[in-house]
Amino acid sequence: MPKLLSGAEIVFKCLEDQNVEYIFGYPGGAVLPIYDELKNHSSIKHILVRHEQGAGHAAEGYARSSGKPGVVLVTSGPGATNVVTALTDAYMDSVPLVCISGQVPTHLIGTDAFQECDTTGITRPCTKHNWLVKDIKDLSKIIHKAFEVATTGRPGPVLVDIPKDIQFQKTDYPKFKKKNKLNGKIHNHFSQKEIDELVKLMSKSKKPIFYTGGGVINSGPKASELLRDLVAATGFPITSTLQGLGCFPGDDNNFLGMLGMHGTYEANNAMHDCDLMINIGARFDDRITGKIDEFSPKSIKVHIDIDPSSINKNVKVDLPIVGDVQSVISSIIKTIKKAKPNFVKSNKQQISKWWEQIGKWREKKSLDYINSNETIKPQYAVQRLYELTKNKDTFITTEVGQHQMWAAQHYKFDKPNRWMTSGGLGTMGYGLPAAVGVQIAHPKKLVVDIAGEASVLMTIQEMSTAVQYNLPIKIFILNNEYMGMVRQWQELLHEKNYSESYTAALPDFVKLAEAYGCVGIRAKTPDELDDKIIEMINTDRPVIFDCLVDKQENCFPMIPSGKPHNQMLLGPKDQEQNKITGKGKTLV
Amino acid sequence: MTKSKSAYSVAGKKEKLDTHIIVVWVDNEAGVLARVVGLFSGRGYNIESLAVAEIDSKLNISRITIVTTGTPQVIDQIKLQLKKLVPVHKVADFKREDKKVIFKEMALFKFVGNNNKRGKALNACKKYNAVILDKTNKSCVIQITALRREIDKMSKNLKKLGLISVSRTGAVAMTRGAETFK
Repeated sequence: MPKLLSGAEIVFKCLEDQNVEYIFGYPGGAVLPIYDELKNHSSIKHILVRHEQGAGHAAEGYARSSGKPGVVLVTSGPGATNVVTALTDAYMDSVPLVCISGQVPTHLIGTDAFQECDTTGITRPCTKHNWLVKDIKDLSKIIHKAFEVATTGRPGPVLVDIPKDIQFQKTDYPKFKKKNKLNGKIHNHFSQKEIDELVKLMSKSKKPIFYTGGGVINSGPKASELLRDLVAATGFPITSTLQGLGCFPGDDNNFLGMLGMHGTYEANNAMHDCDLMINIGARFDDRITGKIDEFSPKSIKVHIDIDPSSINKNVKVDLPIVGDVQSVISSIIKTIKKAKPNFVKSNKQQISKWWEQIGKWREKKSLDYINSNETIKPQYAVQRLYELTKNKDTFITTEVGQHQMWAAQHYKFDKPNRWMTSGGLGTMGYGLPAAVGVQIAHPKKLVVDIAGEASVLMTIQEMSTAVQYNLPIKIFILNNEYMGMVRQWQELLHEKNYSESYTAALPDFVKLAEAYGCVGIRAKTPDELDDKIIEMINTDRPVIFDCLVDKQENCFPMIPSGKPHNQMLLGPKDQEQNKITGKGKTLV
Repeated sequence: MTKSKSAYSVAGKKEKLDTHIIVVWVDNEAGVLARVVGLFSGRGYNIESLAVAEIDSKLNISRITIVTTGTPQVIDQIKLQLKKLVPVHKVADFKREDKKVIFKEMALFKFVGNNNKRGKALNACKKYNAVILDKTNKSCVIQITALRREIDKMSKNLKKLGLISVSRTGAVAMTRGAETFK
């Protein structure tokens, strides 16, 4: 007779077998049996957050920076509803999360019991799959399956809802055998014929471009290495989406910078004019394509993606290749080496005109801004932060808004998993808890949340978590007292009617830092900025850095809504040259 | 040109809509229908009719037949999104015009009226495998199986013969010949 374990014990047995080291959570009535069991499992450390949304984002930060699934533990009712934003965020950005929620006892389900909600119903559209455990015998099977679903194919969040009575009931726990074979939902279904076809297209192309996304990062660090080999083996230009930053070195000459709504002039024009677009692990998001009817009209489009439903969803492609990025790239490289060993040399001539054209676009220097001696320009602040931290293997998280785009434009990443930002859902308040999760996964590394003062206030309570666990995260706030991106859209599209985008009663962030028991630093002028940043880096405690920046600055370049890639709005320098006045901007 | 005031682009060209019958084999478990239907409503796809029942009690498999309309791109997305659901085993897709597939719907008609009218009604129903399920001296309930548009037509035309109530199922589908869908 095998030993009988309670549901709560089985939860931990499963987590141990899945090599889980950290869970992010918040206790409550319906998960108390699981919390009671925590003390008996020393290999698993619980991180107590201050709000369940924070637990979800922290788990996301942990997952994206470490490549391991993030685990969240919340109670029923409000605990579960609070985590919904984070689950949706993880679903949009393909982050593997396993969320375990407590539920009222089985016999009370459906009676509007205290802290009851239809958790599986609410989270059905924002998870890859979810389960309500109705029988203790299914529990271990379900939890292991949950990890499998979260981490295979295109990763994403899952939720397991466990009623309180199930947590008390007892059954045996069968020995766990990790399956090497991946489940039926993984699609590595590409053929050598498709790869040959692609290599043929590549050797014929005169204006090729690689358009890479978060799929490269999700495929693992090896995929990023292979991508570098592929670019070296072809000499093609490469651009990246917001989520893909870091899969290719940001300071490499072949890299055109980020593309899309706030992407560089060269990247967007190259996307528009190319004759061969090779999409690797990106999804033709509307912030990337702009006006779909005029998106890259002359190109043959190749789409490499692990998720077959991404193919032809927004943009019709000519050659779909469904598979894991790493295996596809490795096949491409092998094929090139075998069929065309001198690909770079023979190809150099063919695409030299293309590079010349790209050079001309680059001369626009679309990320330039007019610097100032009196006020700190937000772009300058990000540039200085980059220069002063680039040799430290820094991890950057962000909130959502102008600061996020400036961070993406001016902070150059050279490794994957160093950049955590909420792209798909655009969740303000993501960055601070994500930084907590990143610091948990990388205790010795420098973790900076490039934030806006409006976003950071949405989850500022997690500073308390950072202090509790001695996590020396740095919250670098570009403080312009506005919801900057909202203000920018209002300036450009709503006749400068700044409706409710100014925050009139901001807290004193330095005093706030002190109230939380961490360190507050404020920078007011450009000449003190460097010293203050260095002071921040050298502080071995959590820091809130209040960087007072120019309040009026807009984020350029920019593709206005409903416009194709080649109709970009450039920054103030270009606009001065072309004599576009403030009024002209609103007319675009 | 009026300028867009939205942060999103304007919708592109509209394509032609086709009617398709999608057949989905799923694990018969709690919430599976909600997952399938929720996928349709969440992504803005149409459901014209829906038929679902368990077909294998040993393997716990249910078969869901959905009639839907959409552009070819939308139909492709429906299939691919359905295949991503964990309890979904396989997805088949047939065009309504497809001659290799049988589509049938069942309808129950209740007629109230004199003998003469009811006789006419039964006659009209005869070519659709009419079965009389209930009979009193002033009413009858007739079951027919037919195509969707035939039932549409019948329920419209039989009003004058005393049709007072219609109940119908969604379409179910099966391929002709010895082959089954793998």
